[in-house]
Amino acid sequence: MSAQSDAAASRPGRWQPAVTQDPMLHKHGALGQPVSRIEGPLKVQGKARFAAEFPYEGLCYAALAFSTIARGKITALDTVAAEAAPGVVLVMTHRNAPRMKAPSLMMSSPTAAGASDLPVMQTDEIHWNGQPIAVVLAETQEQADHAASLVKADYAPLPATTSFEEARKTPRQLDNLLGQPPVVEIGDAEAALKGAAVQVDQIYRTPRHNHNAIELHAATVAWTGDELRVHDASQLLDLTAGQLADIFGLDAEKVRVSSPYVGGGFGGKCLWDHQILAGAAAKLAGRPVRIMLSREGVFRIVGGRTLTEQRVALGASADGKLDALIHTGIVAMTTHNSCPEQFTFPARHLYAAKTIRLAQEVADMDMLANTFMRAPGESVGTFALECAIDELASTLGLDPIELRRRIEPEKDPTSGKPFSARHLIDAYDRGAERFGWNRRSATPRQQRDGEWLIGMGCATATYPYHRFPGGAARIRLTADGRVTVSTAVHDMGMGTATAQAQHIAARLGVPLDHVTFEYGDTTLPRGVIAGGSTQTASIGGAVIAATEVFVEELLKLAGNDSPLAGLSLAEVETRDGGIGHRDDTARFESYESILRRAARDELVCEAEAPPPAEMEAFSMHSYGAQFCEVRVSEITGEVRVSRFLGSFDAGRILNAKTATSQFKGGIIMGIGLALTEETNFDPRSGRIVNASLADYHVPVQMDVPAIEILYTDIPDPQAPMGARGIGEIGITGVGAAVANAVYNATGKRIRDLPITLDKLM
Amino acid sequence: MNPFTYERASDAAAAIGLAKGSAAARYLGGGTNLVDLMRETVERPEMLVDVTGLPGRIEPRADGSLLIGAAATNTALAADAHVRTQYPLLSRAILAGASAQIRNMATVGGNILQRTRCRYFYDNAAACNKRQPGAGCDARDGFNRYHAILGASPACVATHPSDMCVALAALDATVHLDGPAGPRSIALADLHRLPGDRPDIETELQPGELITAVELPPLPFARRSTYRKVRDRASYAFALVSVAAALDLDKDGTVRDVRLALGGVAHKPWRASAAEAALKGRPAGPESFRAAAEAELAAATGLRDNAFKIELAKRTIVAVLGDLTGDEA
Repeated sequence: MSAQSDAAASRPGRWQPAVTQDPMLHKHGALGQPVSRIEGPLKVQGKARFAAEFPYEGLCYAALAFSTIARGKITALDTVAAEAAPGVVLVMTHRNAPRMKAPSLMMSSPTAAGASDLPVMQTDEIHWNGQPIAVVLAETQEQADHAASLVKADYAPLPATTSFEEARKTPRQLDNLLGQPPVVEIGDAEAALKGAAVQVDQIYRTPRHNHNAIELHAATVAWTGDELRVHDASQLLDLTAGQLADIFGLDAEKVRVSSPYVGGGFGGKCLWDHQILAGAAAKLAGRPVRIMLSREGVFRIVGGRTLTEQRVALGASADGKLDALIHTGIVAMTTHNSCPEQFTFPARHLYAAKTIRLAQEVADMDMLANTFMRAPGESVGTFALECAIDELASTLGLDPIELRRRIEPEKDPTSGKPFSARHLIDAYDRGAERFGWNRRSATPRQQRDGEWLIGMGCATATYPYHRFPGGAARIRLTADGRVTVSTAVHDMGMGTATAQAQHIAARLGVPLDHVTFEYGDTTLPRGVIAGGSTQTASIGGAVIAATEVFVEELLKLAGNDSPLAGLSLAEVETRDGGIGHRDDTARFESYESILRRAARDELVCEAEAPPPAEMEAFSMHSYGAQFCEVRVSEITGEVRVSRFLGSFDAGRILNAKTATSQFKGGIIMGIGLALTEETNFDPRSGRIVNASLADYHVPVQMDVPAIEILYTDIPDPQAPMGARGIGEIGITGVGAAVANAVYNATGKRIRDLPITLDKLM
Repeated sequence: MNPFTYERASDAAAAIGLAKGSAAARYLGGGTNLVDLMRETVERPEMLVDVTGLPGRIEPRADGSLLIGAAATNTALAADAHVRTQYPLLSRAILAGASAQIRNMATVGGNILQRTRCRYFYDNAAACNKRQPGAGCDARDGFNRYHAILGASPACVATHPSDMCVALAALDATVHLDGPAGPRSIALADLHRLPGDRPDIETELQPGELITAVELPPLPFARRSTYRKVRDRASYAFALVSVAAALDLDKDGTVRDVRLALGGVAHKPWRASAAEAALKGRPAGPESFRAAAEAELAAATGLRDNAFKIELAKRTIVAVLGDLTGDEA
């Protein structure tokens, strides 16, 4: 703290996280406007090039063959027919693959990006059903696919744990839960539960889910000497480059990864075996390689959300105060990854309770590493917690929103920290009014339309604010007054480039069409990952720091002949394409004028974001209230969502259009989680049975009603731009809102997702 | 996908000549199922004979019947004015299936001959008697929510996935064939087989035989008919249970005649003859509808994931017949 204070003292006007506010907190400009995606025209014209669309001289195409057992050794691998097939360049297996280091688990080091730490195609060992056992390179994709189907393997199977029911008999305790303690105890919650006037104590289950972004995972890979070039579909560029360098034994600067456009990320577009295998095969062949997974391939080698079994027990007094809040349970995981689906996170921050017990453990299975999938933890954790809150409200005879009003905490219930900003009840009130919540009958089965029972439900949405340290931004100002801001970040379709262009225009006081935002390439200043809804705030921190340097450099350049002469960072602001005194409108000079007088063509400044001290000092979260209306056939049990409204409190909204789309996208994914999505993992074989979009049911148009989005747009005083992340919160609470609406329609509590019709017959 | 040759036939005789009765040849309609199966290497034809250029006319005839060329697309058949007014259950069944894009490609002949969507049939790593006779059946004790509750065998519990065929079965459609041994006709209800101990043999087609047309006999009371498909996802999902029905009532509300067929329940489109027999001459109403449904499902057996379909089928039959009764103009 003291070092930081000293630095701040030496540079008054600088943003000090947790101490001062971003000076832009109440400045708007282009921020918030519903600006259409900058890259939209390129995309609709097919001119935006995705990972599998980069041409190379001599390019060959890759296809994978997958294991059909869950654990054991390959005893025979017949590649003769594949090698002899038309167009085949080579077949790579563990026998001839280049020697490579194993990936390191993500977060185990600053360059680790491994979703698993298993070595990739280095031995005859099989660790999951669907593991790649061969890579075929051929002159066309069709030839590669055909040849891959000719690879035959024999195995010596070993006993495999492919049944969750078996695995859970020997649960493993975690030493941490994404850096948080896996167990939180405040008071004796079990005793308080027993003594409570009213109790709800239920088990909730959520199934495995798989990533199904429209863009299949792909990479185009080329070696030039010992330099590796990767066109990837990525949400963690710098980590991927660092990890690939480590795997192939290269200096970090020898690997360049770019990913300007990504057709959907959601936590799935990280480093999996295919980029590593493509790099290895390209090395072996001495030719560039394009790999694009089949849809089945995505199911086989890209992990998904793991299953959970959760207990939520609530003890309350008759007036609706919580005496006990217990949220515990278990998830399936492996010994070669670390992704514990932190479903107890929401209960750490949402509600005031006299006693709290939170704990989760894992059941190790022989399966593909599970991974992050939109709001890992919170998506399924809010299903259990928010269904239980609804059950408690019914038991107490209270409106579920009124119950939440009574258990709204004044400070963070587990950390004791103050909230940076929290307007959950406000979001509920706005949403309830707009949705017509007062038309809901508290008693189930009161509204029908022929055979269709109609009900309404609500649930809380929540997702933490994070800002990752280590990201940098570079500002380049040219003599024409235009600026380019560069950082190796990601736009997987959510509008990063557009919102950041708006942010930069507002921060530097220039028109939007004077801003270029460069991203998506590891040759740019180091960026942050696009994960955990952190990227916008993290970029914000870096741009603030770069802007401070930029303004200071311009003040130096301006010199004694400028109206700005003698002014310091703390005394000025950016406005109207230049710098001006905060209070004296006459003291102003444009960027162009400063550069011209200094005889400079350009000014380039780069800085790294200050450490995220605000996260230490405050409890920072986004919130929301999800409202759902369903129709349930009394004859068939079919559930159709007929209306949905999400009312969010996510700080300042930077772009009304892209933000609304992102909230809606999250809600749609949540409707899938509630009603249809389930990976069929066959416990006999450990194999995913429904590895296709025909059999893994995401919502289609007819499953999605008109969705209305509201937001408070109240800036968070501790966050850059006042904005907390919005990428993941949309999916949270949706499962519970749907389930609670189904209860209101039918009188049946379904605690086991997805809510398929057989559960309601 | 294995390498194959591609030929385009101008008429039925040319198609049959090209295929030469070979087991390694397949007739190609819209390819919406066959090409998927080839990609999965479940189907490995050496030759495709494209028959989409063969007749696809939809012709009402003087006797009130309707002749449908096998190359008619699903979209064309569903949109046909005669079908929509005279056989609404057929139009509704087709529109309940697949997506608009798939229906634009899919042909009537290909729809009839599509294969089960059992995932164990599609996955070469799984045991499947249909794909490899004698290999066993992973579906019987596996994920079998979409599987058969009627007419299944120890060897196979797969279902026929077509919606259109359920309506055709209810309508007593006749399928016209041509082949190396000359033309012949067969009732649609007899075309598909139950699995028995040879689930790999799915139809009565002989090697090289080609569906050239489907004929619907006149059925005036089919103007009051419908199709209901029950599924978790509102569109683009196969039926858990579907019901095609047409109802003919006397003035006093007695069932004069009825057609009833079920989808999603068996290895073939399931004509509900027992229910029809139980309904004829009975008063139209929930009690007789339920009794008829009970009669039809009496022989049904459930598997791990699909036992609910027995009750679901009964309820859907009752609901559909109830809707048709209420529709009386």
